[in-house]
Amino acid sequence: MRLQYSPNIRIVEMPCSGTIDHRVILQAFEDGADGVFVAGCLEGDCHFQRGNLRAKKRVQAVKKLLDEIGLGGERLEMYNLSSAMGPRFAEIANEMTERIRQLGPSPLRKEGGAA
Amino acid sequence: MIVAQQKNIKDIAEMVADAQKVLLAGCAGCVTVCLAGGEKETEVLAAALRIMRKLQGNPLETVTYVATRQCDPEYIEAMDGLVKDVDAVISLACGVGVQYLAERFKDKWVVPALDTKFVGGAVKHGVWEERCGLCGDCVLHRTGGICPIIRCSKSILNGPCGGSQNGKCEISKDVDCAWQLIYDRMKALGKLDKLMEIQMPKDWSKARDGGPRRAIREDVIIG
Repeated sequence: MRLQYSPNIRIVEMPCSGTIDHRVILQAFEDGADGVFVAGCLEGDCHFQRGNLRAKKRVQAVKKLLDEIGLGGERLEMYNLSSAMGPRFAEIANEMTERIRQLGPSPLRKEGGAA
Repeated sequence: MIVAQQKNIKDIAEMVADAQKVLLAGCAGCVTVCLAGGEKETEVLAAALRIMRKLQGNPLETVTYVATRQCDPEYIEAMDGLVKDVDAVISLACGVGVQYLAERFKDKWVVPALDTKFVGGAVKHGVWEERCGLCGDCVLHRTGGICPIIRCSKSILNGPCGGSQNGKCEISKDVDCAWQLIYDRMKALGKLDKLMEIQMPKDWSKARDGGPRRAIREDVIIG
């Protein structure tokens, strides 16, 4: 399965989506990310019972915060898929890339800075 | 513990609009437990303010520090060095912490990031409820460990009143009638006869309407 997906995606591995912290997401934006998506396991399939459900709530909270501070919550999204769903991952990566392209580069980035 | 909640971030940003560098001071006491002003909340607020200001084209430099407690002078002394070169201090402590910082750092603009709400505890993860009215004259030994001062909407001492319906208070179907709770508990303890004693009007001079109160332990005062 040699799937192609947008090369602009940088993967940050976490032990479980439940370890996602508001600070990690905000740091990604401060470091220049145009968008962030959190890929958690399918709902009901969390090895730690509720990690992905807790991540979902946290992502919602950060989306709200991004709206409040003017960066825009639509630059952040949470998706649920299993690690065996390669085609879906590629699809999400492309979908998110397309969404961010529509929104344009992050206004936090310096002029001409790297993604 | 003291329960507090963060103010709207735009209001906090407005308070330090003139500052170029701020110290965000968290507190490892009550506000850490109620997830309003601990290490994590301090760093999240700092990042959010930095992003907000950068978007406005007026970048903000932030320094963060979390004191063991902001309500004890010895723990805020450690901030002396950090406060020196900032334009303002944002305290994520309760109102006590904010005042202690303002008192120590006399030439600094010290602002609150939180609204101090009440004295209470967690009823479940993420939900806190008021439990003590700080009346200064505890009556819990007469009411089965349930406070009628803060949990009864009328703070009555000889309840329930006519607004108690099916165990709920007339103000909301979500609020338990404190006096129903008291009655049920006293009944379970076999102490209903205690409720037959009429409680005299409470001595409110020990409550908060007579200026700031003081608690003194002569035996531990030094000097």
